Amino acid sequence: MTESHGARTARGARRGKALWRGARRNPGFALGLAVLLALGVIAALAPLIFPAGSGLQVGESYAAPSGEHLLGLDDGGADVLAELTWGARISLLVGVCAGAITVLVGGLVGLLSGYFGGWLEQMLMRVTDFFLVIPVLPVMIIIAALYGTHLVNTILIIGLLSWQSTARVVRAQAKSVRERLFVRRARAMGSSHARTLIRHVLPQVGPLLAASTALAIGHAIFFEAALRFLGLADSNTTSWGQMIADAFQRGATNAGAWWVLLPPGLAIGLVVLMTTVLGRRLEQHMNPRLEVSHLGLRSFRRQHAAGRSR
Amino acid sequence: MGSAIVRRILSAAVLVWAAITFNFFLFRLAPGNPTAQLSRVPQGSVALQEQLNREFGLDRPILVQYFRYLEQLGQGNLGVSFVNKQPVRGNLVDAIGNTLPMVMLGVLLAIVIGITLGVLAGAHRGGPLDHASVGFATFMYSLPAQWIGLVLLFLLSGWLPAGGMTDEFLIDPSLGERIADVAVHMILPSLTMALVMFGQYVLVTRSSVVETLSDDYVLTARAKGFGAGYVVRRHVLRNALLPTVALIGLSVGAMVGGAILVEVVFSWPGIGRTIYDSIVARDYPMMQGAFLVFTVSVVLSNLLADATYGLLDPRVRRMGGAR
Repeated sequence: MTESHGARTARGARRGKALWRGARRNPGFALGLAVLLALGVIAALAPLIFPAGSGLQVGESYAAPSGEHLLGLDDGGADVLAELTWGARISLLVGVCAGAITVLVGGLVGLLSGYFGGWLEQMLMRVTDFFLVIPVLPVMIIIAALYGTHLVNTILIIGLLSWQSTARVVRAQAKSVRERLFVRRARAMGSSHARTLIRHVLPQVGPLLAASTALAIGHAIFFEAALRFLGLADSNTTSWGQMIADAFQRGATNAGAWWVLLPPGLAIGLVVLMTTVLGRRLEQHMNPRLEVSHLGLRSFRRQHAAGRSR
Repeated sequence: MGSAIVRRILSAAVLVWAAITFNFFLFRLAPGNPTAQLSRVPQGSVALQEQLNREFGLDRPILVQYFRYLEQLGQGNLGVSFVNKQPVRGNLVDAIGNTLPMVMLGVLLAIVIGITLGVLAGAHRGGPLDHASVGFATFMYSLPAQWIGLVLLFLLSGWLPAGGMTDEFLIDPSLGERIADVAVHMILPSLTMALVMFGQYVLVTRSSVVETLSDDYVLTARAKGFGAGYVVRRHVLRNALLPTVALIGLSVGAMVGGAILVEVVFSWPGIGRTIYDSIVARDYPMMQGAFLVFTVSVVLSNLLADATYGLLDPRVRRMGGAR
């Protein structure tokens, strides 16, 4: 059990190298990660880049893009690029927080039901089925309308209504890991359930959780924009979704101000696209056989398809 | 096979019941009494609130209320709209009547685009056509529905009506003129729905085609000397389209979300717009009714997707379903 410090760093370095090799072999993965990290850094540095904050009038309403204001001005004469940068903070914050809740709840439900099985699995899976089948956006807008539109509420609503597919995938994986020899051996040697789950099952489910996190962040940003558009989020703060809502409500389309409408939508599209790419690559990384499916591993794929079609 | 269908119908019934119960308690457990929000409703007063409390039995225990709700629902009574004082059911039927043609046209378009691109991509796996189709589909799939609608509005509103379902200034139109008018108004919202929905159809059709192409009977057909195009058209398509058919039923949940946003963008007087208006006006009976319609239609279409799949693919039947 005890490991020398040297052995641990060596293992860390090995993992780091493996990750680097993976990134080089898999440009989609590296690209997705790089873009998301860059956006995160820009969002974090917003107070340094645009110290005046968002919503500040700096010129005429709907002034076209110019050298001074690269993306022009919006209806209130605020710099669109500044709004976009500040908006990234809320959009990404909601995405990351709601995504974390999604993966936490989904991972927990999936792990517990997959590992323990029995009545616990039955119960949890019936609940999951229910949440899989109800239309999510209507539920979100109704809860937001009834319970309030504070930012924390928005995060909770999105996170607590998005975990169901993660739970499904994690359960399938945990179920198969449970039957593997090393897990059974650990149990036979007296490892407790908690220890087996954390030390032996969780690492096998880890990449799947990472993939789910990436996808969940994208979904959460999507839903945040939808709630904003329907006026069900705190409109005092700016986010990419709010910018789209404002462009609609305040008639940017009629004013011909494409520079107000296009940036927030493309920003959301970029993030969602990158999280999708990242998530897919992580799934492949974990399950390389997905990539060589044409080699005729038909039985494998059938099982996989059956597991995936929920 | 018969028992499998019965089991599925039963589980769908349980889901509908769970959704109705969820619907009831969601509204009843919200902070404050439903009628406490009446202050936000025009012409609300304390006297009206007390009268409504008595009238709707809101002073009774919650379980009594629940069974009363179920009973009323069983009789098809969804309550009365706070706003226009009409029965919710009538309002909803009108709204659904407006939504269905718009969404169906959009989904039909999405299916046509999705299957075409998906088959092309799958048949030319790894080629430029594949990359272009998949890239386009994934990109469109990443964009918010309301934004796609607004961009279309921006690009095309000069040529096409920007909102609503009819031209109010059309004087004494004939039936043909009226249909043509609605059809013209339908183009933008339906096109938006199509662009929102088609991406996932492309991806599923593609992977299904790729998978089917590696089946033995395809190799046999090729070995007999049939051309690649012929084999795809005659042998692969029929089998490869099964998952897409199932997906259409399973994507009704996404359709619902898309329809809400699209109808708000284009002021389309359908059920998505209804739920939005009822939220703005705090019209609780309408909200609850519209939500019920959404939930039930999603549960039923999931059931239908399952059933169709079994009907179309005997292999699924024999295996007793993938579940």
